[in-house]
Amino acid sequence: MVVCVALCMTVGPYSGNRLALIVSFPSCAEKCMKCKEASPVLVIRVGDAFCKACFREYFVHKFRAMLGKNRAIYPGEKVLLALSGGPASSSMLRQVQEVSAPQRSNSLHLASLVCYSEGAVCGQSLAERGDTLLQMETILQASRFPYHLAHLEEVFDLPSSILQHAPHNPTGPKNSYKEAVEGFIRQQRREEGGSPSLPERQIQEKLAEVSLRDVPGMEGLADPEARLLAAVRTEQLIRLFGSVKTLTAKEELLQTLRNHLILHTARTQGYSKVMMGESCTRLAVKLLTNLSLGRGASLAMDTGFSDDRHGDVVVVRPMREYSAKEIAFYNHLFGVPTVFTPALDTKALEKASIHRVIERFVYGLQAEFPSTVSTVYRTGEKLSVTPGDASPAAEPERCLLCLCALDTNVGKCKRCLPAPG
Amino acid sequence: MLGAVGRCMLGVTGSGQVHAGSCRQVHAGNWPVCAAGVWGRRGRESSSGSGPPTMPATCSACGTSPAALRRPKTGHALCRACFLAAFEEETHQAIVAGRLFRPGETVAIGASGGKDSTVLAHLLQLLDQRHGYGLRLLLLSVDEGIAGYRDASLAAVRRHQHRSGLPLHVVSYRQLYGWSMDRIARHLGPRNNCTFCGVFRRQALDRGALLMGADKIATGHNADDVAETVLMNFLRGDVGRLRRGAGAGPAGGEGAVPRCKPLRHAYEKEIVLYAYFQGLDYFSTECVYAPQAYRGYARALLKELEAARPSAVADLGHSGERLSLRSDLRMPARGTCQRCGYVASQPLCKACVLLEGLDRGLPKLGIGKHRRLRDKLQDGQPLTQEERRRLGALAEEEPPEEQVPLGELGRDEELWGKQELRGPRDLDF
Repeated sequence: MVVCVALCMTVGPYSGNRLALIVSFPSCAEKCMKCKEASPVLVIRVGDAFCKACFREYFVHKFRAMLGKNRAIYPGEKVLLALSGGPASSSMLRQVQEVSAPQRSNSLHLASLVCYSEGAVCGQSLAERGDTLLQMETILQASRFPYHLAHLEEVFDLPSSILQHAPHNPTGPKNSYKEAVEGFIRQQRREEGGSPSLPERQIQEKLAEVSLRDVPGMEGLADPEARLLAAVRTEQLIRLFGSVKTLTAKEELLQTLRNHLILHTARTQGYSKVMMGESCTRLAVKLLTNLSLGRGASLAMDTGFSDDRHGDVVVVRPMREYSAKEIAFYNHLFGVPTVFTPALDTKALEKASIHRVIERFVYGLQAEFPSTVSTVYRTGEKLSVTPGDASPAAEPERCLLCLCALDTNVGKCKRCLPAPG
Repeated sequence: MLGAVGRCMLGVTGSGQVHAGSCRQVHAGNWPVCAAGVWGRRGRESSSGSGPPTMPATCSACGTSPAALRRPKTGHALCRACFLAAFEEETHQAIVAGRLFRPGETVAIGASGGKDSTVLAHLLQLLDQRHGYGLRLLLLSVDEGIAGYRDASLAAVRRHQHRSGLPLHVVSYRQLYGWSMDRIARHLGPRNNCTFCGVFRRQALDRGALLMGADKIATGHNADDVAETVLMNFLRGDVGRLRRGAGAGPAGGEGAVPRCKPLRHAYEKEIVLYAYFQGLDYFSTECVYAPQAYRGYARALLKELEAARPSAVADLGHSGERLSLRSDLRMPARGTCQRCGYVASQPLCKACVLLEGLDRGLPKLGIGKHRRLRDKLQDGQPLTQEERRRLGALAEEEPPEEQVPLGELGRDEELWGKQELRGPRDLDF
């Protein structure tokens, strides 16, 4: 082992600490820490060197263990994978494929993919968006899973009857007093027992009605009417985002709309589980961001392994223990295809939004204190979903937009209130 | 003072530390804030693409006087009188809604001579007279023994005491523990001093309050301090402190005397503005041992967050209050120290452990994880040279310190000679 001794040139009474710092770096002469035979190709965490085969085994095992430990996915359950084309979700797709190999007993046969395209709000031109879509479709077809492309413009088709009902009346006996909200009127929500609970069958019928209706998406470009409607929707979307003044609020809006879209897709196609590909690094940033936005009460639900605020659809995050570095190396070593799409804050100023500030801070601090991300992540793991002061019997009032329990006594939860300025 | 030129104070904390998001714009006149700082144009998100906003002409509260500033918390344009009234009223509401005080209580105000405690002392006295809280107020100061910093700020406390007529007591580390911070820093090095100072100060405040017969201690922690604490505890994974929280519950204090933070919803910038508009005299400089503290990272982050979205400071405090932790976590249990009887979660309280290390010439005994070595010491076994070095023992003997006479505990004596320093140089009252 190569050992570097750094001398602290201090003066005065601290001279006793001259040999205080001894740093060791693994060198190429070392062997993989697991099999002790092959030479290592990468170093993860602080000093763990792995060879290619052992790394692959470690990576896949972690995925399996994550699913098995939480007992979240039952064999034969239908699972929807939400893909953005980025490295984490592409890696997640590959892991699902590995786990779905037929010779394993506990495998995810019934998985399907949804890929969401947000190019319109991120400033991509129509041609660029077409390119991105083509790339994504190639990847999706190669995976041999059934897939569905969702465009952000489709959110305009959600509201009229479906998405307003379902999130506010999650199916299940526990949400009996939630009523259908035609508009976002708070008084209607506060009425106790204002309308009867919708049994599950009724909601499924309504959903079936919607899925029968033709959604004017981007696929049928040959039809001139559909193309016109699509252009109108894009226009509406750009106007919507243009009316939001701050980048922070735009990012939050985008996340809310994206979640609703994925939820709707899961509901209409009858999936009870959705897998999101958020890595450990991304979750650490999200924890601090939500803390700064005032969402301390719902941190556990936003970043925990399983998120069941919607009732019938459960969102799981199986990639939450992988750091961004591990995912990047895995994708590089094993040829996982990814598609780059610009996000809302690509090329934005440093202090433009809370998300940007936190991301830059965490990455900067991580360089100096290598345990920052994992410490923040572990702290997040220690949070609980139920609020501390809630009475266990009563059903808490929920926020209209994010469906988490209200953490104020009046009105919408803190995050969903419009930010001043 | 016509024609004077100064530097914008917004973005400069009371301790004089300049951090990201500060202004420091040179301006004419003797205002503490430049025009940009007042109107809050800096740091605003540029996504709207519009030009800088025009200054509103009149105060939005009274509608008659011309507006003098824009509030950092809300962005409202207010005249001087309306801002002072708003600030005082909000503090009053925080005290009443939080039920911080009961009539007839004796409250010891932790006075360091800085802007927060000066504003706190001024406000509590004012609100007590105006709304009849029925409190008996005292000033309690802690002298850590940092030359050039604490002695100058204590002078500011004395000036405040003369003006306000409140009784003042000073407790010093040298009297309580036999060690001053300067002496500790000589033994310990440039880092980890904040640990000693913070632990000792907590006990010093409690002991001073008990000596004076106070029922409660009021400290001047502001919204920025609370937000920084939430961030710092999250970054370090300190779940115990997160649970105890940034709340200011009057009866939930973990020391011997319950504490409260009446200013915990007030932004630091607003406290600076209040102190300026009221003409309060305080001392502002950075502690010489502070630059390497971990809190500096949290502070820099907070300033950037505030620039991105001003409500982030209050949002962080709110998040900190609403954090819910799992009930199955192993939490430290509250007991008492075997040596001194203070509140502790271990057999010995942290102050006793630190003092033990200092007295034995092993200053790092309380810093970091040295459980095995601590147990060895407790059993009376001698330590090897390597172990002594790891605990920070000095290689050679240090020259014996000159003896400074210890004053009587609680007596108000200046031991360092008379040095009179004025408050912030830019302001001329």
